[in-house]
Amino acid sequence: MSNRQRSPLCDGSDWTFELIETFDQEIGRIAESFGLDTYRNQIEVIRSDQMMDAYASIGMPVGYNHWSFGKQFVEVDRNYQRGVMGLAYEIVINSDPCISYLMEENSMTMQALVIAHACYGHNSFFKGNYLFRTWTDATAIIDYLLFAKKYIASCEERHGVTEVEEVLDSCHALMNYGVDRYKRPYPISAEQEKRRQAERAEYVQRNLNDLWRTLPQAQSIHCDDENVFPEEPQENLLYFIEKNAPLLEPWQREIVRIVRKVAQYFYPQRQTQVMNEGWATFWHYTLLNQLYDEGLVTDGFMLEFLSSHSAVLIQPGFDHPGYNGMNPYALGFAIYSDLKRICQSPTDEDREWFPDIAGADWLTVLPAAMRDFKDESFIQQFLSPKVMRDFRLFGILDDDKEQEIEVKAIHDYCGYRQVRELLAGQYNLGDREPNIQVVRVNVEGDRSLTLEHTQHRRRPLGKTTDSVLKHFHRLWGFPVTLESTWQDEVVTRHHCPEKDSKEADKDAA
Amino acid sequence: MSYIVDRRLNAKNKSTVNRRRFLDRYKKHIKRAVSDAVNNRSITDMERGEEVVIPGDDVSEPVFHHGSGGSRSIVHPGNKEFVKGDRIKRSDGGGPGGGGAGEASNSGEGVDEFVFQLSHEEFLDFLFDDLALPNLTKRALKGNASYKYEHAGFTTDGVPAKLSVLRSLKASKARRIALTGEARKLLKAAEAKREEASNQGDEVSERRLALEIELLERRIKRVPFLDTNDLRYNLHQKRPLPTSQAVMFCLMDVSGSMDQQIKDMAKRFYLLLYMFLKRHYERTEIVFIRHHTVAKEVDEQEFFYSRETGGTVVSSALTLMQEIVEARYSPNEWNIYGAQASDGDNWNDDSPTCRKLLEESILPVVQYFAYVEITKRNHQALWQEYEQVAESHPDTFAQRQIAEVGDIFAVFHDLFQKRDAA
Repeated sequence: MSNRQRSPLCDGSDWTFELIETFDQEIGRIAESFGLDTYRNQIEVIRSDQMMDAYASIGMPVGYNHWSFGKQFVEVDRNYQRGVMGLAYEIVINSDPCISYLMEENSMTMQALVIAHACYGHNSFFKGNYLFRTWTDATAIIDYLLFAKKYIASCEERHGVTEVEEVLDSCHALMNYGVDRYKRPYPISAEQEKRRQAERAEYVQRNLNDLWRTLPQAQSIHCDDENVFPEEPQENLLYFIEKNAPLLEPWQREIVRIVRKVAQYFYPQRQTQVMNEGWATFWHYTLLNQLYDEGLVTDGFMLEFLSSHSAVLIQPGFDHPGYNGMNPYALGFAIYSDLKRICQSPTDEDREWFPDIAGADWLTVLPAAMRDFKDESFIQQFLSPKVMRDFRLFGILDDDKEQEIEVKAIHDYCGYRQVRELLAGQYNLGDREPNIQVVRVNVEGDRSLTLEHTQHRRRPLGKTTDSVLKHFHRLWGFPVTLESTWQDEVVTRHHCPEKDSKEADKDAA
Repeated sequence: MSYIVDRRLNAKNKSTVNRRRFLDRYKKHIKRAVSDAVNNRSITDMERGEEVVIPGDDVSEPVFHHGSGGSRSIVHPGNKEFVKGDRIKRSDGGGPGGGGAGEASNSGEGVDEFVFQLSHEEFLDFLFDDLALPNLTKRALKGNASYKYEHAGFTTDGVPAKLSVLRSLKASKARRIALTGEARKLLKAAEAKREEASNQGDEVSERRLALEIELLERRIKRVPFLDTNDLRYNLHQKRPLPTSQAVMFCLMDVSGSMDQQIKDMAKRFYLLLYMFLKRHYERTEIVFIRHHTVAKEVDEQEFFYSRETGGTVVSSALTLMQEIVEARYSPNEWNIYGAQASDGDNWNDDSPTCRKLLEESILPVVQYFAYVEITKRNHQALWQEYEQVAESHPDTFAQRQIAEVGDIFAVFHDLFQKRDAA
C-alpha cells in the first residue's frame, strides 16, 4: 500500500534473536497503531521438552509439585513421541510482564505468528477483559505461585509428602468450586499473603492454651435452634472448607487456600475461551496482513502463515469423524471478523440486527466487544446471522423422556435467535458444571454437612460423584451428604461415609 | 518494549519430580506390568523400556460433572438437511445427539486406559526394586587391594608429566596482564603522543617519545612469558575402590534330556541375572560352561543353541569352573557368581562328587551360587545332595525349582530379595 517499497524483514525460515526483536518491534508498532493496550512482553525461547514441562504444569510458570502434573507430563510426552499430537506453538501466561513462550523449532514465520497472537492478541485480552481484570492480578501471580510452591514444599518437609498430597488431591477434586461467582474477590499479593499467614500462625501459637481443653464442653448451648448454618447456601466449597472445616490443621487450610487462589486465577480462562482465542486469532491475522501490506514480509512468509492460520480455524461438521464440538478459535475469529465487516460494509440484515454497530468505527466496536463480555454474553450479543449461516449451525433438543431427538432451530430467519440463545447457553458455566452448594451443617450434633445439587434441566450427576464426595469428606472430617434435587424434590442421595442400606432406606422414606 | 530471553539452556526436566511422584503413586500397577513383561518378552528383548497400562479409573482425578440423561440442547455446526421440527432417531455414537462432544470434554478423560512408556532405566529400577546382591558386606570387610586415581583439582607443584598446560598458560596470562598493565597504559599514551608529534613535524619530541616507547616495550618484554609461579599440575588422589567387577558363571546341562524350551527358560534366568549384576558392577563378564558328560567353555551362541546328546556328569562343569577361577579370576579381584541350570538329571554316582566340589572348592570363593532345576518331575539325586549343601551354606548357596515360564521371575525374585541384616 503506502510504502510497499520497504524491503522485507527476513528472507528464509530461520530465526535469530535479532529477527525476533525486529519483528516484535514492527508488530508492536502496528498493534499500537490499532490501539491495542498490552502489558509489557517477555518473550522466552524454549526447547520442545521445556514446552512439555510448561504444558504439564497447566501453564503455570512455577508450579508446586504434585503427581497429577507428572501424569499430565507422561501423557503429553507419550503423545508427542508418537506423533499423535503436535505441541502448541505457544503458551502465554497472564502476568505482568506477560510471558510468552516461543519454541526453538519454529520457523521465523511461526515465531512472528506467535508474537502477534500471544504477545499482542492474548496480552491485550488479559489486560482488557473485565473478568481478567476482576479475578486475576497479573502483577502478583508469579510471586504468588512462587510463594505457593515454597509453602507446599515446606509443608512436605514438615508433614510428609503423602499427607500433603492427600490434601492436594482432595482440593483438586473441588477446584472448580473455588470461586464466588457473584462476589468480587480481593486481588492476591504474595507479600500480604505471607504476612497474613505468619500472623495467623502466630495467633494460633499465642492463643494455644492447654487449660481450655480441661474445661467442660458446654458453651455451645447458647446457639439458638432456628439458626441454620450456613445462613445462606455457599457455592464456594473450597472457601467454605478453608474457613469452617473443624479438623483441618492450619497448614492444611493454607493449602486449601492456595488451590482456591490458583482456581480463581484460572476462572476467567474457563469462561472466555471463545473470546480469548478468537481475539488473539483475529489480531494475529490483522497484524500480519498489515505487515504484508507494508511490504515487510515476503509472499512465502504469507503462504506459510496462512496455511497455519487456516489449519487452526478448521471446523469439522457434526458428522465428521474428527468433530469435537465447536472450535473456539474458529467461532471467535468468525464473530470478530464479522463484527469488523458489519462495521465496514453493513448489509440491510446487519442494520436490522445490529443497529448500533452497523457502520460504526470497528476500532471502537471490537475492543468494547472484548472488554465487557464473557463467552456466554458475547455470543448472545454478537453472533450474527451470517456467522450462523456460514457455520450452518442448528440446535437440537435431547430429552431422555422423548423417543427421538428434535431439531429445535436451524440457521434460517425464524431460527437465528433461538440458535444463538442455545449456543450462548452452552457456554454458560451452569450448563457445563453441576450447581452444588453447601446448604446445612449440623452444628449441634454430629457436624454432618449437606450439599445440595440443583439439577439443571433434570441432568443428573456423573459417575465420579461418590469419589469426589470422598475427597470432600476427607477435608470436612465428618459425614457428608449430597442431595440431588429437581424442583425442590430430592432425586438421589449420596453419602460419605456410605450408610448401611437400612439406614439409607429410612432416610429415603 | 519487550524483553527477549533465551531459556533454552535452563535446567532440563523440570517435570522429573512430578513424574517420579506419579510413578511412585502407581508403583503397584507398574510393577505388575514389569513382571508381566519379563515373562512375556522375547529373550533378547530386555534392553528397552516397557509400556505400562493403568486402568483409566485408577488414575482419573474425579470432579463433579453431569452424567447422561435429563434434557439438554446442543448446537452443532455443519447442518446439511435438517429443518426445524425434524425428529432424529437416537444413535449411540456419531449422530448429533449420541456423542455430544461438549459433554465429552467436560467429563474429562473418561475411562480410557492410561498408557505410558517407562524408560529402560526406570524399567530396570522397578524390576530390581527390592532385590539386593547377597553377601556384599563380606567382600567389603575383607578389604581389597584395588585403588583408582581420581582427578582432584590442581596443585602448584608436581612432576613435569602432570603439567596442566592449559591451567599454566592461564595463570601466566593473568600474571602478565597484571604486571604489564601500567606499562601498557603508558605505552599507549606515548604512541598516541608520537603520532601527534609526527603529524606536527615536531622531530625532537618525536625522537624523545620513540626512546620512551622503546624503553616501555623493553619493560613489557622483560616480564617473562612463563614463570615457575605459573605452573599448575594436575592433582590425582588415590581412592580405594570397592571391587567392582563381577564374573558370572553360567553352567548348563545340554544333555539329550534338555529340550529347547527348557534352555529358553534357563536363558531367561541367566539374562535376568546378567542385567542384575550389570547394575551393580562396572564390569561384568560371563563365562558359559556347558556340559553333558564332559564340560566345555563356549560362547553364548553355542551355549544356547547347539545341540548335544549323551549322558550327564555335572561335576565335570564344576571342575571346569574351578579351573577357570584359578586361572583367570582371582577371588581377590572378582566377585564371582555361579548359576547352574539343569533338568535335574545326573549320573547317580556323580552327585556326591558335586556336593564335595561345591563345598570344598567353589563355595569358599564365590559370592553366591544359585541352582535352578527346570523340571516338572520329581527331584532326583542331585537335588537331594544339593539340599545338604544348602543346609550347610545357607548364605552362599540356594536352589529353586522352575516348572514353567511364569515362575522365572518369581524364583529370581525369591533368590535375590533383600534380606534383613540379621
